[in-house]
Amino acid sequence: MILRVEYVYWLCGIVLVACALRELRAKRFAHAAFWGILAAIFLLGDAVKSAAAHGAVLPEQIAGVGVIALGLIAGFLRRAPTEESAAEHERRAAGASRLGHKLFMPALIIPFGTLVFTLLQPFVHLGGIADLGRAEATLIALGLACVLATIAAMQLTRSSVGNAIAETGRLLDALSWAALLPMLLAMLGAVFAATGVGEAIAHLTAAAIPVQSRLACVLAFAAGMVAFTVIMGNAFAAFPVMMAGVGLPLLIGQHHAQAAALGALGMLTGYCGTLLTPMAANFNIVPAALLELRDPNGVIRAQVPTALWLLAINLLLIWFFAFP
Amino acid sequence: MNYWPLLGVAAVVAGFALRMNPALVVVIAAIVSGLLSGLSIPDLLTLLGAKFIDSRNLLVLLLTLPTIGLLERAGLREHAANWIARMRNFTFARLLIGYLAVRQILSMFGLTGIAGHAQTVRPLLAPMAEAAAEKIDPDIDLDERERIRAFAAATDNTGLFFGEDIFIAFGAVLLIYGFYEQNGIVLDPRHIALWAAPTAIAAFVVQSVRALRMQKRLRALLERKRGSP
Repeated sequence: MILRVEYVYWLCGIVLVACALRELRAKRFAHAAFWGILAAIFLLGDAVKSAAAHGAVLPEQIAGVGVIALGLIAGFLRRAPTEESAAEHERRAAGASRLGHKLFMPALIIPFGTLVFTLLQPFVHLGGIADLGRAEATLIALGLACVLATIAAMQLTRSSVGNAIAETGRLLDALSWAALLPMLLAMLGAVFAATGVGEAIAHLTAAAIPVQSRLACVLAFAAGMVAFTVIMGNAFAAFPVMMAGVGLPLLIGQHHAQAAALGALGMLTGYCGTLLTPMAANFNIVPAALLELRDPNGVIRAQVPTALWLLAINLLLIWFFAFP
Repeated sequence: MNYWPLLGVAAVVAGFALRMNPALVVVIAAIVSGLLSGLSIPDLLTLLGAKFIDSRNLLVLLLTLPTIGLLERAGLREHAANWIARMRNFTFARLLIGYLAVRQILSMFGLTGIAGHAQTVRPLLAPMAEAAAEKIDPDIDLDERERIRAFAAATDNTGLFFGEDIFIAFGAVLLIYGFYEQNGIVLDPRHIALWAAPTAIAAFVVQSVRALRMQKRLRALLERKRGSP
């Protein structure tokens, strides 16, 4: 047997199917359709990709229609009313005092299991595991660790598979469309890249600044990194664009900035933008949903002072240390 | 140069400003930008479908939910909170600064998946932070609770972002290295990672000072409540 990253996606697909069926039984059809379409993307994604590799684009186009459908349904998702019964509350308090620190064990299996599997991976000469790429190996390790952790949690809490699905459905319902946003934003980033949005922005920035002034160039570079990261939700997308537009030709070419310092500090300046944007959904919007904040931008609000301080510090570091 | 696809960016800004559903805004922005760049509708659908499928790795956090859900049902959050409440010298600021330090150091060694919003913040850090704040003021209101939870999430992000850049095998360092290499500048990746250190230290100091100030503010709020019954 060869372990492949697709198995992890299929596992996600199965979990999503279970949640979709649960919503269907509760007659929440918009929710059932939403998780159902997503389940199909996870279960059939590899078939679609291999069809595309053989020249058949129709399955990818159907997936594209599915993405648009997800966007349209997202607005109709409402949280199921959760009645916090006294019995529920009592059971949790009883569980907390009965199980104590044992409750941490399954939760810790996820990170440490992932770590152990990732470290072992190059030494497993079985089924081509050692040849997996780093990112794929990490995903498979996470998947395995999650399966083990779920089994441990079911054992510890004496729960059934049905309980596990119900709890997953409850958390997924709290996340709602926010769960999907990281994927949609990654897609938007790819579309922006394919349609030349990045080059257009770098072009406009470079055309708008007085290139003789080192200060103007530094400020434009930093502001561009932050603004473009805020738009794309990802400093990785902003970096090549701003470096090609302003960093290389102006700061390094004309003002002789030191490349290593400018690269590292430029990227970190972009990270200040990541702290400020709803487009970095997995860091800013998903946790607001997970923590059940009424304000979806609550996490961003909590990060504004940190981001502004670090932006100022980065600017000073670039100004004083990046130029010989 | 075709500037029209920039309207996709404008669609994002307008959609968020009008408080439309973010998922819908993103889909609309992708369609606007694609059509204005001259893509045909079938090609646009292909692009959307293919890129969405390619980003499936971003939803694998889904697999942590059964474990977290079952443990929460059995009282994980209550236990985490009770534990903090029992330990006298484990204050709000110490909890968050300690977490920040651990998160940053682990990220420096590339162990980023070891913590996160689903794995650690919701089940552990957030209820612990609330319990630590309750030790200052037992009946803090919901606004304050949500501010504390948001700050816990912010602390996790800060530790992750400004720790991982020091790890030389991390994507950011490799991206910077690769970009320069393509443009004929060959650097030592260790130098790039080294230049991330000053900001990493600054991030630790800034977030720690904010945690201390938040603790001070909680105490001040309590004083004011007591002063004006």
